[in-house]
Amino acid sequence: MSVLVFAEHDNNQLKADTLKTVAAAQAMGGEIHLLVAGHNCQAVADAASKVNGVAKVLVADNAAYEHQLAENVSLLVTELAADYDHIVATALTTGKNFMPRVAALLDVAQISDIIAVESSDTFVRPIYAGNAIATVQSLDSKKVITVRPTGFDAVATDGSAEVVALDKATDAGTSSHVNDELSVSERPDLGAASVVISGGRGMQNGDNFKLLDGIADKLGAAIGASRAAVDAGFVPNDMQVGQTGKIVAPDLYIAVGISGAIQHLAGMKDSKIIVAINKDAEAPIFQVADYGIVADLFDALPELESKL
Amino acid sequence: MKVLVPIKRVIDYNVKVRVKADNSNVDLANVKMAINPFCEIAVEEAVRLKEAGTATEVIAVSIGDKSCQEQLRTALALGADRAIQIDTDQNLDSLHVAKLLQKVVEEEQPQLVILGKQSIDSDNNQTGQMLAALTGMAQGTFASAVNVDGEKVNVTREVDGGLQTVALNLPAIVTTDLRLNEPRYASLPNIMKAKRKPLAVKPAADFGLDLTARTTLLKVTPPAERQAGIVVESIDELVEKLKNEAKVIS
Repeated sequence: MSVLVFAEHDNNQLKADTLKTVAAAQAMGGEIHLLVAGHNCQAVADAASKVNGVAKVLVADNAAYEHQLAENVSLLVTELAADYDHIVATALTTGKNFMPRVAALLDVAQISDIIAVESSDTFVRPIYAGNAIATVQSLDSKKVITVRPTGFDAVATDGSAEVVALDKATDAGTSSHVNDELSVSERPDLGAASVVISGGRGMQNGDNFKLLDGIADKLGAAIGASRAAVDAGFVPNDMQVGQTGKIVAPDLYIAVGISGAIQHLAGMKDSKIIVAINKDAEAPIFQVADYGIVADLFDALPELESKL
Repeated sequence: MKVLVPIKRVIDYNVKVRVKADNSNVDLANVKMAINPFCEIAVEEAVRLKEAGTATEVIAVSIGDKSCQEQLRTALALGADRAIQIDTDQNLDSLHVAKLLQKVVEEEQPQLVILGKQSIDSDNNQTGQMLAALTGMAQGTFASAVNVDGEKVNVTREVDGGLQTVALNLPAIVTTDLRLNEPRYASLPNIMKAKRKPLAVKPAADFGLDLTARTTLLKVTPPAERQAGIVVESIDELVEKLKNEAKVIS
């Protein structure tokens, strides 16, 4: 029994969510190998070697993997899969993009977005925007799995795994990278922050999101948004929390001017404490909030900032 | 060029689903069904490509029993030219859906296949990528912009850090994200016209594929309910509770 875990990274930093995916892999059983596929990604390989529970780090450093194009990465992972029982990635945009290709090339089903491991072939995952929880058994000999990081606790990073360089360059030649437009922010990652403050349609425009800045600064929070706020163009897509956006489970989630559609709740209802600020006392967000305050956000936000 | 749009019949996105008492699955009896929202965006994108003169024909395909013809008629009313229903009452894994679609791709030879990125029932987010792998095509998933440019298509993708644009050789697979477009409403004349558009029915069994289930659904349970909270009267009270009761701020 052995598990291949795909490391999420940007060629410079290993994403912290990988530590949670490794925790899920430990529950599946067997020796864990961590795959770093990228270009000029030695720093990531070094970080990966310190992840507890990992026996070996495989490094595929080649221009073909620089942007982790699904066509190229899936060929690499499929080739390596011969030696493993479980092939596991984090359910973030990279893993979601290439893993189903791996499953199809291996002719197996994929189990997406698991939040718990029952046994080496049985997994728990949310369906219907988290309104039902399914327990699914895989009947395939190889299991291809993506892990929802909020379901697992990160492993520590004081290990020392062997690092092995792979001489691979699987280039499908069907796609190329054009450019990235990445948001630059001094704030913590939405997925990693212990406090998240999100704005919805009630914010009325993008400028008003500045009202969240001061509170986020004081709490060390990440700033998120509902789909309504993203669709309306107030803020960019990478801030969206919800069924099809980012899934977060911070210690404290503050929902401001968000009504609480089931699609939004799917992205944050596992937060430890939920605070809702909304002027509509009937808004469904109050049904999941630990603390609600019925107030105009334009009065409540400056007051909250001054009192923190 | 031909554009193929696979669509799925799912629970309407406004309906809150309930789990059956015996925990065997969710209860879909007498629940309002609709075209999956991401699939509707896919149909809209294909129709816009046709209106722009890029696409010549838009074909909608759905896999399921006779009831999914309703969603195929919706796609036809939105502007698809013809439809194919692959008839089966089996609950299929995404891999099987992708294999059936692969057969349709081989037959129809579309230059572009546009799918929703995920269905809001199983939330798998797999079919488009699997179809891409089986057909050897490149993929642009979670698309917020699609620009066909000669032999290539440029797809802007919604990724964790923001946006990424990739260039794909045609034929290619695109899966839609929410902000690709805003689907139109079908007009009454178009709904009437859709009733006369061709809809072919092909039994899934005729494709000669092994559709044996690869997964077993052992049980379905409701999620843990959150305890009802309290409404506080003032910001002072809120800050006090967060500090001393919840202990999430200091």
